[in-house]
This record gives sequence, structure tokens and C-alpha cells, in this order.
Amino acid sequence: MSVQVKDLKVYYRTLRGDVRALDGASFTIADGEIMGLAGESGCGKSTLGRSLIAIDGRMRYVGGSVSLDGAALPLDDQAAMARHRFTAVSLVPQYAMSAMNPTRKIGKLVTDLLRSRGIAPDTVLGEFRRRLELVGLSTDVLARYPIELSGGMKQRVVMVISTLLDPSLLVADEITSALDVSTQKAVAEAVVEFRDRGFVASTIVITHDLSILVQMADSIMIMYAGKPVERASTDAVVSSSRHPYTRLLLSSLPEVGVRYEEHRLSGIAGRPPSLLNPPPGCRFRDRCPLAFAKCAEEPPFVEVAPGHSAACWKA
Amino acid sequence: MRRYFTRKFLIYLLTFFFAVSIDWAIPRFMPGDPVQSMLSRAALHPESATAMYDYYSNSFGLDVPIWRQYLNFWGSLLQGDLGTSVWLYPQPVSSVIANAIPYTLALMLPAILLSWWAGNSFGAFAARRKWLDNTALPFAYILNSMPYMWLGILLAWLLGSVLDIFPLSGGYGYGLQPEWSLEFIGSLLKHWFLPFASLFLVGFGGWAIGMRNLIIYELESDYSHYLTALGAPQRLIRRYAFRNAMLPQVTGLALQIGVIVAGALVTEIVFSYPGLGNLILQAINNEDYFLLQGAFLFIIIGVLIANFVIDMVYVLVDPRTRTGMRGATS
Repeated sequence: MSVQVKDLKVYYRTLRGDVRALDGASFTIADGEIMGLAGESGCGKSTLGRSLIAIDGRMRYVGGSVSLDGAALPLDDQAAMARHRFTAVSLVPQYAMSAMNPTRKIGKLVTDLLRSRGIAPDTVLGEFRRRLELVGLSTDVLARYPIELSGGMKQRVVMVISTLLDPSLLVADEITSALDVSTQKAVAEAVVEFRDRGFVASTIVITHDLSILVQMADSIMIMYAGKPVERASTDAVVSSSRHPYTRLLLSSLPEVGVRYEEHRLSGIAGRPPSLLNPPPGCRFRDRCPLAFAKCAEEPPFVEVAPGHSAACWKA
Repeated sequence: MRRYFTRKFLIYLLTFFFAVSIDWAIPRFMPGDPVQSMLSRAALHPESATAMYDYYSNSFGLDVPIWRQYLNFWGSLLQGDLGTSVWLYPQPVSSVIANAIPYTLALMLPAILLSWWAGNSFGAFAARRKWLDNTALPFAYILNSMPYMWLGILLAWLLGSVLDIFPLSGGYGYGLQPEWSLEFIGSLLKHWFLPFASLFLVGFGGWAIGMRNLIIYELESDYSHYLTALGAPQRLIRRYAFRNAMLPQVTGLALQIGVIVAGALVTEIVFSYPGLGNLILQAINNEDYFLLQGAFLFIIIGVLIANFVIDMVYVLVDPRTRTGMRGATS
């Protein structure tokens, strides 16, 4: 087991109290596994991704542990954590379009970054060039400024930079949300290719777009209101999901061949609860069509079938 | 690159033409007649006054139609002739201005550049330290929002009047003649300090606030977060942030120069400093068209040159302007 997360809790500090954006997440990701992390806005998926990289001043590490290849990550010590970033855990950010310093040539930027981490640039720049070619970019981009590249090119350059040191865990946060559909596919394929070539061991792909996950992820974890609600292989999630939220989420996706003029696409009525002071019990209770008296008690996140976990009394 | 500079140069040339035309027109919109007021001070007989009026009007070139005056003005300007001062008749305007320019330059250049440098350094420094940000920045706001004149008067009152360290007015001691002696240079420095300090302090506050805000903005930008996510040390992130935050400050420097010229005018008047600003005041008081034109001409040239230099510097420091010049690639 390569990545092991146990009961991770990270809250946001606000003037009105803690917002429990990530309120206990436990899961494991195997070596070479691409795990999709999905859910609607505010479900805690980005918070989870961010916590694995850097917990900033607005966030508060409350509890839980993350271990990478058996060694614990010092989540609450940012200075110690900095040594693991880039080499062991790395990030492809949501903002890849603006992730590179606009006034520095890309080659210079990477050299600066490597030097600042105490890595001799010559030892990896050859590999960097090879990988740029692998994702279909010419090595000329090293002498270019970020503004001289298109959005898709920037996205790929950032992916190559982030995975340059072969991290054990890569967090890809909404990497396809700002791209057009054909570029989305290319990026999704690149993630899979990087895994296949062993550039990254485990990958977490955070997105609200389930259809892209079906194309690239080995397994999917669905989150709701700061907690994971279902985790299974991609096929199992698509074909035999157990949690009502997952089912509703899937049913709100459009299907090929169905004409939605005649057939209204259904969403999920209601909104997620406030995480400032979340209600006890199952957090999906108020919107759940299957809710019953027992849902006032919090359902545990347990295995309901081999390799398939869900947090629902009716699962 | 070359096309860019040719185009820029033509724009500056056009700006120069219009600015100088306006510069020529403005004094002539002033009510009153310079020759008349010059003669009225002399209290002459009516008959001789008429003769004198004709003589002076002719020698200043004011007896021809206004369009002719305009053409004559450009003609002599292109030959380097700025005319004769009415106030200090018969001194040529160019020599009057040449005497004032060193004072203004010696006051302005150090004040502009030092306040820019010190303000930016301090602002960048304060942006990283919360306690400094909370204690020193309010003073920067006070300094920045203070009018030059008011700060000048305060400094003159405190350091000149109460503590009696620095002289209150003039470019050098009244009993001295300009010469290369230690005594004269010492007196020059002593008289220079207060006007310099008032310009420096106001500028310093503004630059420090601007830099502090820019640095904080840059440190919150996406590329800074990405570098943090890749474990880059704060040193590298701050270096990038500082470099990028400097860009608007370079533009700001160019824009500020025009404003500072006005500030220097007030400062020079407060301290009766014999520079260009003081000259402008005297020229206005004496309806001295030619001196006013000449003084403004130097300000126009100064602002244009400063802007042109900054335009070129900007191309060197910001790659984004370079892309704009040759059109987008891919």
C-alpha cells in the first residue's frame, strides 16, 4: 500500500468558528493506482488534495495521518513538509494557466526551482526535455515565456514539471476544468501515460467531472460534505454504486443519445449542509430519498463488498 | 524591435509638438500685457511710454499677429533661441534657466531616485514582517498623504526655526558668491537638505505603501503558490515576487516624475530655492511669457525623456511587452 490516509481532519479557521471542510477521511491508494476524487463544490475534495501538499495559514490540521510508502508525512510541520514536496508528493494545480512566473523563461524557472531544492539541474534537465517531447512539446519551450504558450501547452508543461522528480503521490486538482474537450482528453491520457511509465506511483485526480474520471481513473472516491461516502473501482461505482448520493450524482449526468428536450435532466434537490456546524448523523440525510430514522446516527464508512466501501445504512 | 522604437519615437515627437504648442499658448491666455506692466513699474511720461511700448513690443516680437508670433516662436526655438526674459530684461531666457537648472536637478534627481529606491526596499521589507507592517506603514500613509508644502513648512519650522540646524530659505548663504570653495559648497548642502528631505519623505511613503501592497499581491499569486507546492524555499518565491512587483513601480516612477515636478515647484517656493519652480512662480507674477515658456519647455523635455527611458527599460525587464511588439507567437 503506497498511500495510506487515516481519519484526516483539516478545518478552515474563520471568525465564526472552524469550517469542517475535511472531517475524517480514510483510504488507501495502491502503487500505480489513479484514484478519482469527485463530489460537488464544497465537499472537501480540494481541501483533501491541498492538505496532502501544504496546509496554509487559513487551514488547521486537526488530526489524522498520511503515510507514504510506510513513512508518515509531517502534515502539521510545513518546514519539514517542504522537503517532501516535489520529490515525494507533488501537485498539478487547478491554476496551471498561471502557475508559472510570467517574467521568467520556462527553462530558467525550472533551473531556479531545482537549484533552490539543492538538485543539480544538469542531472534532470535531460529527462525534462525527453518528457516534454513525450507530451508532444518541442524543447523550444524552455526558451519561451509562459505567455507564449497556449493553455493546453502550459497545462502539459506544468504536468511535466510537477512529475519531474518521480513523486510517489501526485495530486491533480481540477486539471481539466479550464480546457476544451479535446485537450481534456489529451491531458487525461497524459496522466495515464505518466503512471504507465512510472513517473508517478499513485495519483489522485480531483474533479467534479465524473465523465473524465471514467476515462482515466482506476478507482473513484465520492465525497460529500467533508466526508467520503463511497469508494470503489471505477466500474463498480458506475454500474453498482451503493450510496444514494453517488447514484443521484450519476443520474444527473447527461447520456449520449437521449434528447433532453423531451426528458428533463434531473439534478439533486437541495444543498449540502453548512460545514460550520454540521448536523449530527448522516450529512446527506436532508436530501436523501431513502432517508429513514436510523440516518440520525452517523453511518460508518465500511466495506460493503470486496474493495467497495460506502457510508450508508442502506448500502 | 526597431519598428517599435521608431513608432514610440514618432509618438513622442508628436507629443512634444502638441505640448510645446500648448506651452506657447498658455502664457498668452493670461490676462494683462507684459510690456504694459513692465513700463507701468517704471512710471514714465505718457509720450515716452508709448515710444517705449512700441520699442519693447517690437523687441519681444509681440507687435505681429498672433499666428506670426507662433511661427516665429517655432523658428527661433529650432535655432535654440528661447527669447529674452521680460522680468530680468535683457537677460536671455536660456541663461536664466541654465542658472536655475542645476539647483532643480540637484534637488529632484536624488529626491526621486533615492525615495524610489529606499521606499521600494522598505516596502518589500515591511511586507514580510507583520509587526513592521502594523507599526511603520501607518507612518508611510501619513507621509504620503501629506501635501509637499505642509511637510516642507513643518520641517522648516522644526529643523529650521525651533532647532535652528538648517537655514530656512535660499540656495546658499546671502553673504556668499557662487564659487568652488568649501564654505560655499557647505552652505549649498545645508540649504539643499530641507527641500530635499521634504520631497524625499513624501515620495518615500508613497513608494513604500505601493511596494508593500504589490509584494503581498505577488506572494498571493498562483505562481507563488505553485512554487510553495513544489517545496521551493521562501527565498526564491520572494525573489520572484520582488522582481515582478518592481515592474509597476518602474512605470510608476515615470508617471511620478511629472507629478514631482509640480511638487518641486511648491517645495522650491516654500524654501525660496533658486530652481526652476521658483522661476516659474516669478515668471507668472511678472507675466514673463518667454521665461514661463522656457521653464515649461524644460519640464516637457524632462518628462518626455524620462518616459522614453522607462519605455526602453520596460522592454528589457518585462518579457510581456516584447511579445506585444512582434505579435503573438503560437
